[in-house]
Amino acid sequence: MAELKPKDVLLNPLANDNPIALQVLGICSALAVTTKLETSFVMALSVIFVLGLSNAAVSAIRMYIPSSIRIIVQMTIISSLVIVVDQFLQAFAYEASKTMSVFVGLIITNCIVMGRAEAFAMKNPPLISMIDGIGNALGYSLILIIVGFFRELFGSGKLFGITVLQPLQKVVNEAGEAVWQGWYVPNGLMLLPPSAFFLIGLIIWVLRTWKPEQSNRDPVL
Amino acid sequence: MKRDTIGGTLLVALVLCVACSVLVSAAAVGLRSRQDANKKLDQQRNVLLAAGVDVGQMSTAEILAMFDDESKVQRMLVDLSTGEEVNSDATGIDPASYDAKKAAKTPDLSAAVETAGGPTPGVARREKYAFVYKIMDSEKGDQFVLPVYGKGLWSTLYGFLALRDDVRTVGGITFYEHKETPGLGGEVDNPVWKSKWPGKQVFDDDWNVEFEVIKGEVDANAPGANHKIDGLSGATITARGVSNLVQYWVGPDGFGKFLEKQRSK
Repeated sequence: MAELKPKDVLLNPLANDNPIALQVLGICSALAVTTKLETSFVMALSVIFVLGLSNAAVSAIRMYIPSSIRIIVQMTIISSLVIVVDQFLQAFAYEASKTMSVFVGLIITNCIVMGRAEAFAMKNPPLISMIDGIGNALGYSLILIIVGFFRELFGSGKLFGITVLQPLQKVVNEAGEAVWQGWYVPNGLMLLPPSAFFLIGLIIWVLRTWKPEQSNRDPVL
Repeated sequence: MKRDTIGGTLLVALVLCVACSVLVSAAAVGLRSRQDANKKLDQQRNVLLAAGVDVGQMSTAEILAMFDDESKVQRMLVDLSTGEEVNSDATGIDPASYDAKKAAKTPDLSAAVETAGGPTPGVARREKYAFVYKIMDSEKGDQFVLPVYGKGLWSTLYGFLALRDDVRTVGGITFYEHKETPGLGGEVDNPVWKSKWPGKQVFDDDWNVEFEVIKGEVDANAPGANHKIDGLSGATITARGVSNLVQYWVGPDGFGKFLEKQRSK
């Protein structure tokens, strides 16, 4: 295998080898947390932390992990880190943790985390593994934030909870009459999971048009 | 010892488990006090929010100070079966550590929910004793803030309902914990929707519970309009849950007896 350059390991997963767009891993959480940009960001940061450290930890002890229990060893490390993240969120970002706790817990089963531990960290030294983990988490974050941006903007007319597109709604004015205010009719579909599917599909399409080598030309598949 | 022998496998598993459990317990124990403080503050913030206090402008210290000041906020532990305020001598409950949510799951401290065919909050048991907050304000008059909860679509919604001193008119409502769909049922958090609550009435002229979150919009001219709240589009079941939980908690098995005593005062 060619020498791995840290820069390539870090940046390749953003566009060339994106875990969501090319490997189509981690879709489940990408559907769940992207209704708002804020939750997308919290999720992205949590995954960067977990994936970086889990890759480093798995790699550091890779010589000692017996092959018969290697998956469960990886799971134990990953789930411990996820619980730590969840505890920190509850202590320092309580508002976010109230809506996020369920999804943060699901990082344990995020296929990207396990996938990187098994495919990369088991074969490479700790530092480069950590960079690989952070790079892949960044690739995941990038998609999450793009999807979160569009879903929050078109679904509720807001970005980071601040109203950008004034939603059309009936309000009672000072004279006590109900009047219509705003102009944007929020697209309710954007708040439901299928819209994330459509958006991710569009991103994959754009990415494969830009980089045709990512397309799968095998007629059997 | 080689790593793939049985001994080596057991050793690695053991060391790993110990290391990971130390890490997790350290995080949980080290951060517990901060988390509990967050939870308590969040509830207090919601109590004030329900009573229509402008919490957005207040700092953490100001909120805590308000709850320490007996002339602004009074907290009473109420026996739901009699409606009387109880003291800790009679019940053996320490108000400082009493957790109504935990009590609802403890056989000794909870009672089965009796709906008699009426509205049900969707849970089987409720606590025997609950905290009621009396928020005193010279401008708006005193308000009673009642802890309320009940099932929505996915989850149990926990919140506070404020009633003005006529014990009939809603002062406001908040939900501080729920897991409803963001954008649909989750809109119970929406300030626009919550702003429809103040001024509505939960009892009719004969003090029967009359209150409903309806489907669609309330016609302001129709009879009983001040007992009805606009529904949330796309959240029929959550709205029904909110309807039921309000009806239950102001009703006879909830805070009804307590509220009855406040009427005469």
